[in-house]
Amino acid sequence: MLHKPDIEVMKDRTQAEEVVLRGRQLTKIYDMGEVRVQALKQVDIDLHTGELLILLGASGSGKSTLLNIIGGLDVPSSGTLSYLDLQLETLDTDGLTEYRRRHVGFVFQFYNLIPSLTARENVALVTDIASDPMPASLALELVGLSERLDHFPAQLSGGEQQRVAIARAIAKRPDILLCDEPTGALDSETGKRVLAVLEQVNRETGTTTAIITHNATIGALGDTVLHMSSGEIVDRISNETRASVESLDW
Amino acid sequence: MTSLSRKLVRELWHLKGQVFSIALVVAVGIMSVMTMRGSYDSLVRTQQIYYQDTGFADIWAPLRRAPESLRERLANIPGVSGVDTRVSFLTTLDLPDLEMPAQGLFVSLPSRARPRINDIVLKAGRYLDPDESSEVLISEKFATARALRPGDALTAVINGQLTELDIVGIAISPEHAYSVPPGSLYPDDKRYGVIWMGRDSLGPVYDMDGAFNEAMFTLEPQASEAAVLAAIDRLLDPYGGLGAYVRSDQMSHQIMQAELDQNRIMGTAFPIVFLGVAAFLLNLVLGRLIATQRGEIGVLKAFGYHDREVGTHYLLFAMAAVVLGAIPGAAFGIWLGQGYVRLYGQYFNFPHLQYQPSLTLLIGALSISVMAAALGALAAVRRAARLPPAEAMRAEPPALFRAGWLERSGLAEFAPSSVRMILRNVQRKPMQSVFSSVGVALSTAILVMGLSMLDSIRFMMDLQFNVIQREDLMLVFDEFLDAEVLRDLENIDGVTRVEPYRSVPARLRNEHLREKVSLQGLAPDARLRRLVAGSGQVQPVPDAGLVLSATLAKKLRVAPGDYLSVEVLEGRRVQRSVLVSGVVTDFMGTSGSMSLNRLHALVQGPEMVSGAFLAVEDQALNRVNRYLKGLPAIASVTSPKSMYDSFQKQMDDSLYIGIAFLIAFASVIAIGVIYNGARISLSERGREMASLRVMGFRRREAVILLLGEQAVITVIAIPVGWFIGYWLAFGVASSIGSDAYRLPFVVGPASFIWSAVATCGAAVFSGFLIRHRLNRLDLVEVLKTRE
Repeated sequence: MLHKPDIEVMKDRTQAEEVVLRGRQLTKIYDMGEVRVQALKQVDIDLHTGELLILLGASGSGKSTLLNIIGGLDVPSSGTLSYLDLQLETLDTDGLTEYRRRHVGFVFQFYNLIPSLTARENVALVTDIASDPMPASLALELVGLSERLDHFPAQLSGGEQQRVAIARAIAKRPDILLCDEPTGALDSETGKRVLAVLEQVNRETGTTTAIITHNATIGALGDTVLHMSSGEIVDRISNETRASVESLDW
Repeated sequence: MTSLSRKLVRELWHLKGQVFSIALVVAVGIMSVMTMRGSYDSLVRTQQIYYQDTGFADIWAPLRRAPESLRERLANIPGVSGVDTRVSFLTTLDLPDLEMPAQGLFVSLPSRARPRINDIVLKAGRYLDPDESSEVLISEKFATARALRPGDALTAVINGQLTELDIVGIAISPEHAYSVPPGSLYPDDKRYGVIWMGRDSLGPVYDMDGAFNEAMFTLEPQASEAAVLAAIDRLLDPYGGLGAYVRSDQMSHQIMQAELDQNRIMGTAFPIVFLGVAAFLLNLVLGRLIATQRGEIGVLKAFGYHDREVGTHYLLFAMAAVVLGAIPGAAFGIWLGQGYVRLYGQYFNFPHLQYQPSLTLLIGALSISVMAAALGALAAVRRAARLPPAEAMRAEPPALFRAGWLERSGLAEFAPSSVRMILRNVQRKPMQSVFSSVGVALSTAILVMGLSMLDSIRFMMDLQFNVIQREDLMLVFDEFLDAEVLRDLENIDGVTRVEPYRSVPARLRNEHLREKVSLQGLAPDARLRRLVAGSGQVQPVPDAGLVLSATLAKKLRVAPGDYLSVEVLEGRRVQRSVLVSGVVTDFMGTSGSMSLNRLHALVQGPEMVSGAFLAVEDQALNRVNRYLKGLPAIASVTSPKSMYDSFQKQMDDSLYIGIAFLIAFASVIAIGVIYNGARISLSERGREMASLRVMGFRRREAVILLLGEQAVITVIAIPVGWFIGYWLAFGVASSIGSDAYRLPFVVGPASFIWSAVATCGAAVFSGFLIRHRLNRLDLVEVLKTRE
């Protein structure tokens, strides 16, 4: 089903394509009353069109915070962040909602499906409010779940639930797909299956994708790998070639 | 159907238990409004129409006898818009199969036209034929109680003569909407009826040809009642005027008004409490319910749903619960209101008594519920929406537990870990615990308030029938008799004690304040009928001076030691200044009492008595009754026992039903708070419960941990509920009060105990429901889901 990526094309695209999202000096401080936690320390980040970015780091390194800020789920304490011409750090709640509604798709570690809705309905939840969505059944077909459209989350395995979550995220044809530990709750075989779907979506639809993981092996899958530690990007690697999912082993 | 609507429908179904319990509370709130306020409104409307249609009088003026020619002068009194005169007499009826004599109030009607003031409403048969002198109409209650129909005959003692009368019609009158025999507070329809007869026929037999002994007035809208009363009294005094009185002193109106006032207060107080509690609960429960959905709110927001859309979603959730409760609540309330009004129809005789709740009332009650639900839902949605979605999707951070009073007090060391967990949970969310406690407390309070009404009435009745009215029979003589008659009564076999009394109509005055009363002269050594203060303490009949009911003293603004001007309204119509020697707090009627000898001296003239109180041996009671029935000099014989029985019947009919509903209502509220509280705790702490079970806790132990919190809340709530209920009851008791009766404020220990028992019962029942859920908790599944 999945083809080996065309390395040359990929490489060209990452370098030549425009920057869709640009963050500069992003800082996030959580004020927890008794303690102040600096989750991000002056981070610079660029996301290019069609790029597959892997964010690596240990638990507490700030990668989720960064992803949430990029996705408009959270706001930086300081720094600037732009999506094309849109200055995200200046937006109010409604502005951020519109940004997410039009441009961003999310996949979470724990799927976050609505238990009272079937797979198809969970996807429809997003297509209901999107301007140019694909049919929910098509999105589910893309993730290989066309047989389980009318199952409720409780009737699906973890991997299947995560694939529903991916279908839900891609159904509205987002410009940016953000995945927070999408394989974190899955065994390695199921995890690989989910990664293969994400890679395929990125390749076939050209959706700019960022995946968070603490699993360094997965880094080989991306065009770019960012290592985070203590709220800072400590290493940046551009892969000459993207490894195939099958070649990964953990 | 959008996915969001589908989510709504499925979750409403999934949370049906909670939705149902919220709906039930809303239903109870709306039901109480529709039933209590709705029936009050209906009764008032019916009363107004009835009064208007029959030309119900504003003033009545009884007198000995005046020529019809006086009528014109009465009509010319400034402020009077209409006058009518009539003849009325109380007399003995000769009815078969009655142990006690029955009484008939004969009232004249114009023979050739319908009266303009105090008309009757025919319920069966026809109006009087002016050419048939023996025709009468009888009151409906009496007709029903005696199974009399038009065409039947009736025998009465009219002016000493046994007279056969023909019943041609059954009628009702607003003057007798609440029909009680003289000297009683409760209806006795088998032994007392109103009989209307043509003026041309009734007048002559009572020597009232061309004369009258009662005048009735309607007033112009701007007229001063006091001025008109004074003018009427001045005109009628030479003709043996017995003191004119206004509508608010008319017996039937007064009792009905007291009932209506009570209804208005209850119909306002209870719905306010119920709706208030419902609003409070909706707020509390929806708030917590939505808080448990913060993860889903986060997801919706992450995908770009606006706060507005998320808010509407949860608002609809709240509205669904409200509508689910409102519809059956309104329907059941209307049904109950109809029954309530029908029950009223048994005591108050109205034409076309119908329960007609106004749409405004329904809309008002609905709006309050909707607003309460909206406020509750919105507050919670706003709290959830305020969180950035990323944070909302994370489970709430581990609750912040700190050392609190539990640790500082040193109690923690001694308490087992389960108790520590329970108390810390209560302590961690003090406001939530306080709110839940207040919710449960309100249900206890409602019970205390309702039960205390029973206490008050029982107290009043016990005082009235066991301490004040200790006679077996009370006799009213047809006319004043001298003391000789007492010896005759004493000689009746079976009579063990006879105490005379005299009652004299009089007007009491303190400067411009005036009140008409019946002055009671009691024997100084009276044992059967005594002066008793509200506390139950017996006050001796004073040698000199007058003892007034507290209500009367308050109206006349006098205190013991003050002097009052007393105008006797019979005999020589003596006016004298009399000392107020005491004031008693009593609950039924208003009276002025003095020693029999002092009253004789005040009235002057021969020493007559108007009746006697009798103590009779139990086994001789029926025989004595039969004997008295044969004595023409005795106008009426009443037995406190039968009054008490008729009262008891009324209690059984209405009050106990009311109390049963109250308990049901209060339980609904208690269950609503406790069940919802526990359900939400279960969803908030399902993982904790599952972890405990995995660690080897038994089901019972896990349940105790979960329900312990609710138990602590219930235990705290009960004394708070007692306190609130005590003051609610005080408010109700002090706002119910009229000349006819006042409600003493009593909350018996049993009421406190029962209210606590009912609250605990509701808590235990909620616990059972929750335990069932906890037993079904899938441990692995719960642990698998994210923290």
